[in-house]
Amino acid sequence: MFDEKDVILEARHVSRIFDAAGGRKLVANNDINLKFYKGKTLGLVGESGCGKSTFMRFLVSLDKPTSGEILYHGKDIMKLKGEKLRLNRQNIQMVFQDPAQSFNPKMKIRDVVCEPLLNFKRIRPSEKDATARRLLEMVELHGDFADRYMQNMSGGQRQRVGIARAIALEPEIIVMDEATSALDVSVQKTIIELITKLQREKNITIGFICHDIGLVQSFAHQIAVMYLGNIVEVLPGEDIDKGMHPYTQALLGSVFDIKMDFSKKIESIESEAPSPLDVPPGCPFCDRCDRCMDICRQVHPTLKKVGEDHEVSCHLYE
Amino acid sequence: MALLEIDNITISYGNRPTVTDFSMKMNEGQIISLVGESGSGKTTVIRAAFGLLPGGGKVTAGDILFEGESVLGFSKEKWRKLRGRGMSMIFQDSGAMMNPTRRVGNAFVEYIRTHENISKAEATKKGIEMLERMRLPDGGNVMKSYPFQLSGGMRQRVGIAMGMTYAPKLLLADEPTSALDVTTQAQIVRQMMELREQYGTAIVVVTHNLGVACYMSDYIIVMKDGRIEDQGSRDYILHESGNAYTKKLLDAVPSIGGTRYV
Repeated sequence: MFDEKDVILEARHVSRIFDAAGGRKLVANNDINLKFYKGKTLGLVGESGCGKSTFMRFLVSLDKPTSGEILYHGKDIMKLKGEKLRLNRQNIQMVFQDPAQSFNPKMKIRDVVCEPLLNFKRIRPSEKDATARRLLEMVELHGDFADRYMQNMSGGQRQRVGIARAIALEPEIIVMDEATSALDVSVQKTIIELITKLQREKNITIGFICHDIGLVQSFAHQIAVMYLGNIVEVLPGEDIDKGMHPYTQALLGSVFDIKMDFSKKIESIESEAPSPLDVPPGCPFCDRCDRCMDICRQVHPTLKKVGEDHEVSCHLYE
Repeated sequence: MALLEIDNITISYGNRPTVTDFSMKMNEGQIISLVGESGSGKTTVIRAAFGLLPGGGKVTAGDILFEGESVLGFSKEKWRKLRGRGMSMIFQDSGAMMNPTRRVGNAFVEYIRTHENISKAEATKKGIEMLERMRLPDGGNVMKSYPFQLSGGMRQRVGIAMGMTYAPKLLLADEPTSALDVTTQAQIVRQMMELREQYGTAIVVVTHNLGVACYMSDYIIVMKDGRIEDQGSRDYILHESGNAYTKKLLDAVPSIGGTRYV
């Protein structure tokens, strides 16, 4: 399903270590290797604080990893500086969780969606009206919204404006950070339909951060499960029910599905993820895993291929 | 006699009715969900039942009865007696409900001492015991923390612990899991279900997620634009209801192995 020559963005051995109080180190990302394919969606799943956003921020050059490289068409974009870095931003755009907070509330929607185009001199100021209208219609909003302000729109409409701005520059890659988490379940569905439609039309690669594995499996081609800064499993979205890592299974178990057996208690794991300041020396998941063995406490497992496009990092499958 | 009976109420902010002709009836130990999109009036209904309508909000028609007694004309003193022991409420983000400049213990002790004439030391002990019963290990430490130092799941557990201190007959929960991770959501939902087993508490859950509503409740009320759009038992809502809006909401719940968009 995934062809090596379609890789447009690749993260190699990316780690990010933050300095914490008392001279301690916080490992937010530990040796992450992921590939983004042309026109496909990669869903990054995990609980709050596992390092999903930290990783995705590298892709849009909002932060730099401590070590490792991020190759965009074979070139390391982490080494870009100045004008080259600025120009590269046209290729990779981002949609944030809450557009109400990421956009200037004093700007009209027209200015919000046209700002990137003006910055890169793609349009003249006189073309703003027509462009804004075209972009808004692309995200299924009425063109008259161009005269509104952010605060006069509902959550779903705001998210559509965020998407309109992100696609304005026709980027190859869009990173979406929990773009639907703040929305109602019904609105969430319409946004996902919009995203997948735009992806088909424009062949965009999407990196989607989400904590809801039930949602992300419905539209991601590839899913990476992250736990405490480590990728523990990578698998195709359609095979999510074949997830092998105990953490993936725990995530699957905590989905409230209308087709589930309501007489059974919802499973899910107990307790919360430990602080990333004290990650266990062996497998990061060993403290919460009910199938933990001796080796798990001592040796850090690595990702191993278990099937086509399917990798797991767990001692159970070695 | 029903535990809570809402009889054909209309609630207005200013002159505009937000909720119209809403009725529901619940018995002890029952769990009912109010489901609907943002702005459908779910929260307004339970806030009215708790006497907490924000500025300008008023019940303009109909009546709300708790154990057969109308709560609409309640004095402040009567509300204080009812809240905490008769019914209590947990909010979407229990962290936002607490004063950010005060430690959790400080607020909790004050809450306990409003309801019961005991010393601070006794109240602290009671608070810690309650926190630990709600699966917050090391309750003493939680009591000494500020709300922002706790994770979302922990804050929600503190909210539940406070609400359940006096084992109320009715718990009103306003989107108790919407701000949480799916794993934490599952834990909190399971814990709320246990409240009914342990204390026999009846629960009204407000949620926009029909998946959660179906798992938790005996009876589901679907709201739209301030009116009841559809209602019935879980099986009815899931399988029998012909209502287009209910179907639309059901359709939107992501399902493993269900609709795929790619």
